[in-house]
Amino acid sequence: MIIRTCSYQETVALGQYLGTLLQAGDVLLLDGDLGVGKTTLTRGIAQGLGINRSIKSPTFTLIREYQNGRVPLYHMDMYRLENAADSALGLEEYLGSDGVTVMEWAQFVADQLPEEYLLVQIARDNDQDEERFITFKPRGEHYQSLLNNFIAMYQKHSR
Amino acid sequence: MSDVLILAFESSCDETSVAVVKNGREVLSNIIATQIKSHQRFGGVVPEVASRHHVEQIIHCTKLALKEAQVDYQDLAAVAVTYGPGLVGSLLIGLMAAKAISWAHDLPLIGVNHLAGHIYAANLVAEIKYPALALVVSGGHTELVYVKAAGEFEILGDTRDDAVGEAYDKVGRMLGISYPAGKTIDQWAHEGKDTYNFPRAMLHENNLNFSFSGIKSAVINTLHHAEQVGISINKKDVATSFQNDILDILLAKTQKALHKYPVQQLIVAGGVAANSGLRERLQQELANQVELIFPPLRLCGDNAAMIGAYAYIKYQKNQFASLTLNADPSLDFEYCNNNESLL
Repeated sequence: MIIRTCSYQETVALGQYLGTLLQAGDVLLLDGDLGVGKTTLTRGIAQGLGINRSIKSPTFTLIREYQNGRVPLYHMDMYRLENAADSALGLEEYLGSDGVTVMEWAQFVADQLPEEYLLVQIARDNDQDEERFITFKPRGEHYQSLLNNFIAMYQKHSR
Repeated sequence: MSDVLILAFESSCDETSVAVVKNGREVLSNIIATQIKSHQRFGGVVPEVASRHHVEQIIHCTKLALKEAQVDYQDLAAVAVTYGPGLVGSLLIGLMAAKAISWAHDLPLIGVNHLAGHIYAANLVAEIKYPALALVVSGGHTELVYVKAAGEFEILGDTRDDAVGEAYDKVGRMLGISYPAGKTIDQWAHEGKDTYNFPRAMLHENNLNFSFSGIKSAVINTLHHAEQVGISINKKDVATSFQNDILDILLAKTQKALHKYPVQQLIVAGGVAANSGLRERLQQELANQVELIFPPLRLCGDNAAMIGAYAYIKYQKNQFASLTLNADPSLDFEYCNNNESLL
């Protein structure tokens, strides 16, 4: 499933739809280059979860927690762990817990990830600065049905 | 009154640091694990993100801090520790060490907000006069904080997305500079020309907030386009254009804050306070209207001396914590009411 967004606003809106469908314990991995819009999509997801705070980059703190939505949001960024192999981060305390985990640069902690998750790949268009191609790849039945619901919702709204 | 010696711990992020500070003003020792010369002895792991590494460092650092300060536990008046914001696993190591010493040696415990520590690093080089304004700029923070009185903070504005230090590191990566990139960009910025005129986000909005994510994207797009059409880029010109952009925004928002909240002093705190371009611009444009305090470089980054400096304020106010003090990863100051930062 690939969706094309044409602006920052469209990417946020897409995240918002997804956010409304997420439940405690869900894990989303966001994949893509620097500046491609991973935190932008998370901003939308947070809105979908009913969080009314600004979503700031978690690059430096690794994790930012948002507790004032429908369920907690744990926004993680493993960017700084590129050269820090086998860091015991205690991720298991967050993954699959009482909140939704959205993780950027998850490839740097590949050995600490759960078996099932929704992988979201974001890529830029070579000619259009603002356009993005967003690919959804579910791992496991739960995430397949989440994606099905999301697609149905998205198609209904974009009709 | 006798001297108040505080043993302070900082482990909120990468650095493990232990310090002894006298009367909140004088650093008797300030051991920072990543700066210990013989760091090979401790494994020399960089970056020290894992709490495991803090565990390995903290005992050594504590011993060294006491030894260098030439004090023993019975000379201390209190134990202070950063309890947020930061990474929970990392924060807990400092907390556990501080609590253990507090309990074992019957010393009062003081919990310190990391951000308050950065601001009070100023008290180690000058005396803070209230009300003061603080510009906190680092890898994780970009905040304008109004310090109304001792220990009274209000956030006037902060970043909506990336922190300023993060923007430096990410643009640095795009330019092929290794982490941390701030110093090299600062150098190049003095050697290149401002030819790109990147967008100055939120410059004219009527608030004191920042946004640096757009500048990052603009630099990425510029490099991307150049690569596609095969033209070579002068990296120093990109660095100059980027730094000018960042400094214009920091200066404009700080000016705006000073205008709205007249103060005697402007404290510049956090790792990006080491940026020479920022220091030059602030000197040129603000030195005539406000006293500028830049903590020395070794007190700009994360360190425990600054935690001890602020702990003294809480000590004087008898604001002690119990042994149930917990880490608060999202600890923040209050936001000023007329700012939109809560939304």
